[in-house]
Amino acid sequence: MDRFTTLEAVACPLGLANIDTDQLIPARFMSRSRDQGYGSYLLHDLRFHASGEPRSDFILNAPRYANAKILVARRNFGTGSSREAAVYALWDYGIRCVIAPSFGDIFVSNAVKNGLLPAIVNEADVETLIEEVATSAPVLRIDLEAQSVGITARHFDFQIDPVRKLQLVNGWDDIDLTLRHSEQIACYRRDRLSAEPWIVPTPAEA
Amino acid sequence: MTAPRTLFDKLWDAHAIATREDGETLLWVDRHFVHEGSHHAFRKLDARGMKVAEPSLTFAVADHYVPTRGRPAIASPEIAGMVSLLSANAAKSDIQLFGLDHPAQGIVHVVGPELGLTLPGLLIACGDSHTSTHGALGAFAFGIGASEVAHVLMTQTLWQRKPKRMRIIIDGALGPHISAKDLALHVIATIGTGGAQGHAVEYAGSAISALSMEGRLTLCNMSIEAGARCALVAPDDATFAFLSGRPYAPRGAMLDNAIAHWRSLASDADAVFDRELDVDAGTVAPIVTWGVSPEDALPITARTPQITAADPARAAAISDALRYMGLEPDTPLTAIPVDRVFIGSCTNGRLEDLRAAAAVLRGRRSRVPGLVSPGSSTVKRQAEAEGLDRIFKAAGLVWADSGCSMCVGMNGDQVSAGERCASSTNRNFRGRQGVGARTHLMSPAMAAAAAVTGHLTDVRTLDLLER
Repeated sequence: MDRFTTLEAVACPLGLANIDTDQLIPARFMSRSRDQGYGSYLLHDLRFHASGEPRSDFILNAPRYANAKILVARRNFGTGSSREAAVYALWDYGIRCVIAPSFGDIFVSNAVKNGLLPAIVNEADVETLIEEVATSAPVLRIDLEAQSVGITARHFDFQIDPVRKLQLVNGWDDIDLTLRHSEQIACYRRDRLSAEPWIVPTPAEA
Repeated sequence: MTAPRTLFDKLWDAHAIATREDGETLLWVDRHFVHEGSHHAFRKLDARGMKVAEPSLTFAVADHYVPTRGRPAIASPEIAGMVSLLSANAAKSDIQLFGLDHPAQGIVHVVGPELGLTLPGLLIACGDSHTSTHGALGAFAFGIGASEVAHVLMTQTLWQRKPKRMRIIIDGALGPHISAKDLALHVIATIGTGGAQGHAVEYAGSAISALSMEGRLTLCNMSIEAGARCALVAPDDATFAFLSGRPYAPRGAMLDNAIAHWRSLASDADAVFDRELDVDAGTVAPIVTWGVSPEDALPITARTPQITAADPARAAAISDALRYMGLEPDTPLTAIPVDRVFIGSCTNGRLEDLRAAAAVLRGRRSRVPGLVSPGSSTVKRQAEAEGLDRIFKAAGLVWADSGCSMCVGMNGDQVSAGERCASSTNRNFRGRQGVGARTHLMSPAMAAAAAVTGHLTDVRTLDLLER
């Protein structure tokens, strides 16, 4: 997994609240292989007309934000369906950080496992960021270690769970970590299945 | 003396294998459900050259993409590929599959409890956010993403940080025609879609004790729409009665032992919760959603919101939602016409739900087209044995096979752009049921009432309206 330390990039002031994962990637694209990337499906039905033409009134389509790697959104980003494909769509499009006042729990977990930073910034500061990114400077500087978002000469703090932060900074793979506990898992398994033997289901005779 | 613990604390402690210094705990997974959408995770497994750690605790269910008509043929090659990929992955890993042609096939969150695969005290994971459903039996059940599905496949464990504990106490009695769906939407409208975020929610109180297992499943199912990490109801006699005789549930002496253990899981009397919310069941009306988030929910007797300048951000959100939904502010909800109805889903596709809808539709005709998809093939057979299918068909609705169907639209069952659907499902997100689709969430009885009149309708007044 890619490590996340700092990022200086164009931010798109998406501004919307309640961007659920159905909007991040509509379900109909999820049977596609990721080989060609999921980037073109990101926010598909907000970005494109039914004809497939980009919607000129959708902010992510504005030339100013063409190379955006950061999204600034309002509350409840990534709620709803657990589809990790929502993170794949963001990642494959080029987004590496989403700033919002709150996120869906499952989305946060999926994001971190793919190296994407979900940065929690309080509502008042998000409003300021949206305003300033839209009107003056579209470039933000993210420093994960310092948990700060920089814009021109100002800085805003962001929140992230310390464990998630470590995972992003180190680019850790959970599975390698877990396999180091193999012996403990085996002991636990033996005890659990003997204490509650009904855990392993045995179907009744038909 | 150990400190008093909540039901959730007991489940958490029972599954903790190791806790790191940073606070993340490695949890054992007793039951892992996979579906067609789990293909990314199987790919990760293959890429590492690893095998499924516990095939006997892993179950595959075909639900998200399966067709609801014309089985076993699947018209779209892309969709057929998804269904056969699940079959191939299950066969390769020696996982029990409830596939398209299996008599127990259905939606994973209906099938698990129905077969007795879902049991109190288990930790249940599935790559689907509505896994919270299984908490209705006192299981610690939550949805995970593809990376975590892969992690469970490889290790039968998950790293998690302990959520906070929230209790929602619902006392009193629900009024006539008021169901668990109304209760769930009432709670979500009260606390918002982020209201339970980061929390494990336990439902308690006299209204919960009185609720059927189907109702508890509906309530726990919808808890993810309030942001809850998981939802729980303490197992009680209703739970044990529900499980008795289920094909995969323990039997005989083992069941007795299990029940003795399950009784000990209830929250201790003086256990402390991080948050508490009280709800009076008697105040809950039939609820419908008017907007594009499950929190955009109001009693059917209300009007769409007005756009006031007090909170500009909220006003903009309401205005956007109304525009998407094709509605004017301050309109009586009962004046909103519908173009179609959908009855089914993991939220409201159980036998009790179909009975409630059929009770409204008996002897009546639907003014709009509609689809009824039972939550499982078992529910379908039970409903047919009671003649419910004949009531739906006589009303002019399509009686279909079981799957996620029009709730998520992956199998091609979709609502057309601009069409308005009265739906017994869980999400009224933009485009959820199809590009440009307009979804109004409600109970099965309310969806049936909307079918009868052709507009959103208070099911309690249907008899009067027709007189």
